[in-house]
Amino acid sequence: MSLHPQGVAQSLPAAAGEQAPARPRSRRWRPARIGIYAFLSTAALFFLLPLYVMIVTSLKSMDEIRGSGIFALPLAATLEPWRQAWSTVCTGAACEGLRTGFRNSVAITVPSTLLPILIGAVNGYALSFWRPRFANLLFGVLMAGAFVPVQVMIYPLVRVMALAGVFGSLPAIVLVHLVFGMPMMTLLFRNYYCSVPQELFQAARVDGAGFWRIFIRIMLPMSLPIIVVAAIIQVTGVWNDYILGLVFAGRENLPMTVQLNNVINTTTGTRLYNVNMAATILTALVPLTLYFASGRWFVRGIAAGAVKG
Amino acid sequence: MANLNLRKLNIILGGKNIIRDLDLQVEPGEFLVLLGPSGCGKSTLLHSIAGLVDADSGAIEIGGRDMTGADPSDRGIGMVFQSYALYPTMSVEDNMSFGLRIAGTPKDEIRRRVTHAAEMLQLDALLSRKPSQLSGGQRQRVAIGRALVRQAQVFLFDEPLSNLDAKLRAELRRELKLLHQKLGSTMIYVTHDQVEAMTLASRIVVMEKGQVQQIGTPLEVYERPANRFVAGFLGSPAMAFVDGEVDGAGRFSAGELALVPGAACCAAQVTDRAVVLGVRPEHVAIRADGALSGTVSLVEPMGNHQVVWIRCGAHTLASLVHDDGAWTPGQAVRFAVDANRVSLFDPQHGNRL
Repeated sequence: MSLHPQGVAQSLPAAAGEQAPARPRSRRWRPARIGIYAFLSTAALFFLLPLYVMIVTSLKSMDEIRGSGIFALPLAATLEPWRQAWSTVCTGAACEGLRTGFRNSVAITVPSTLLPILIGAVNGYALSFWRPRFANLLFGVLMAGAFVPVQVMIYPLVRVMALAGVFGSLPAIVLVHLVFGMPMMTLLFRNYYCSVPQELFQAARVDGAGFWRIFIRIMLPMSLPIIVVAAIIQVTGVWNDYILGLVFAGRENLPMTVQLNNVINTTTGTRLYNVNMAATILTALVPLTLYFASGRWFVRGIAAGAVKG
Repeated sequence: MANLNLRKLNIILGGKNIIRDLDLQVEPGEFLVLLGPSGCGKSTLLHSIAGLVDADSGAIEIGGRDMTGADPSDRGIGMVFQSYALYPTMSVEDNMSFGLRIAGTPKDEIRRRVTHAAEMLQLDALLSRKPSQLSGGQRQRVAIGRALVRQAQVFLFDEPLSNLDAKLRAELRRELKLLHQKLGSTMIYVTHDQVEAMTLASRIVVMEKGQVQQIGTPLEVYERPANRFVAGFLGSPAMAFVDGEVDGAGRFSAGELALVPGAACCAAQVTDRAVVLGVRPEHVAIRADGALSGTVSLVEPMGNHQVVWIRCGAHTLASLVHDDGAWTPGQAVRFAVDANRVSLFDPQHGNRL
């Protein structure tokens, strides 16, 4: 199960290094390589430009924004817009900043990540090892669910939840995320467990372990890479969600994305570009941090899921 | 130590009848090897004894108790897998004690058994390691240890040495045989390697297409194969088969190849019929006074012996030569076949006559 794609890559330059005296031209700076770097830098600049504009704008006062170009660095940098965005800006009727939205998003994201991962892992485990009757049919139906557009299901879900009396609450939005996350989570874990030798499962059965013990003591501890991948997918998905939060979360639990929209689309007074920029960056910070912190795991998890071994 | 009885066992997987009406008795303390090519059903049979594959009909008795529908852990078996199947996140010690901990065995008893098994398998120094920090041979020893601590009535081995390199395989093979001598437990061992089967088994079960072809001691199976399949599967180079006829006087002839098979070859006198003659390479001797003649077509040096392939008319026979005589392709030789050690088979159904 140990996958070290970088190990292969490292061994190549090492082998080439031994022949270095016979090959005077450096591998690093051939024209093709310069071209690649030029292309990559341009692409990176292109995609980083909006972020740059957002950051500099969020650090300027409104007067300075009106007076200078959008690419100009701030003359008198201030964190005041960030403070406003976090704690005083109006998100509809209330003017308490985005912090309530942040709290709501955390309250939605944590259970909406843990539950789908746990249930997806159990699903994947059951489908790949216990092979219940019609397992393939079950899996097929689950996958078909992934292709039905969310919009189609919103109205029926609203009706069902209203009937059940849970509409517009935290459990409602968590349940919706759980349902919509299930195909992806199940697929991830099923594919991961399919690459685990069946013999491992059989050995545990001979040792007398049952369904839950095999899952908790043997399979779950092996699943760290895929759990990280699942967590990244689910956290970013739930955090960035707008429509489900707007419809199902209810007035008290509106997530950060919905409140951000309220901040930016406010129709009264002047548009506070600096506060808007700060608010947007604040909202995007969670998924951004997650990608930076887990990039290595992310790649490893994807690779582990793709390669059998 | 327990006996094992299989009665009229049928296993159907994916609509295919993998095992058909199989009967098998294993005596207590026996080392039984299930031998056959891949796809012959030997692994499926082992898995059904372990309870990992359900039997469709028939009965499995272990130690005199009916275990046909029992859970794997209730059957009193220990199993060793080809891929070792060690729990990757557990230490060697935890791997070995996992089953005992589930069964709720007292801690002292677990410690005693694990220590005992570890000593026996020279794993004492590795108890706190993870499987990924072990070599292939060590991993397989841990897997054997895991079966040992269960104090199983019957040990099941599913091609346990196939993933090891040749040198280690021979080493662990000897260790397994020593272990069996020391424990005296009933062991059932699945392999497609005839050397493992010959060296380890007290009895070999040769299987093909879900059915038992022959059961016997390694020597019986080798010397008196029940049919052409068994004859061809055991032995390297394989037994040579020559289609021919036996005349009224019991003399076999096929072109230039002619001999009178000894009385020991067959259950009854064979006369006046078409037969297939089976000759093992060690029973073909190159001798100046040999009754038969042919030409050398190929020589394979093996170090301690050489295999000389001799062309005789339309047939090619291999001969094991243990002296260091030099043979070259194209050379004309005289040779003799040990007529008392040949086998005769029926050309239609391939059974031994």
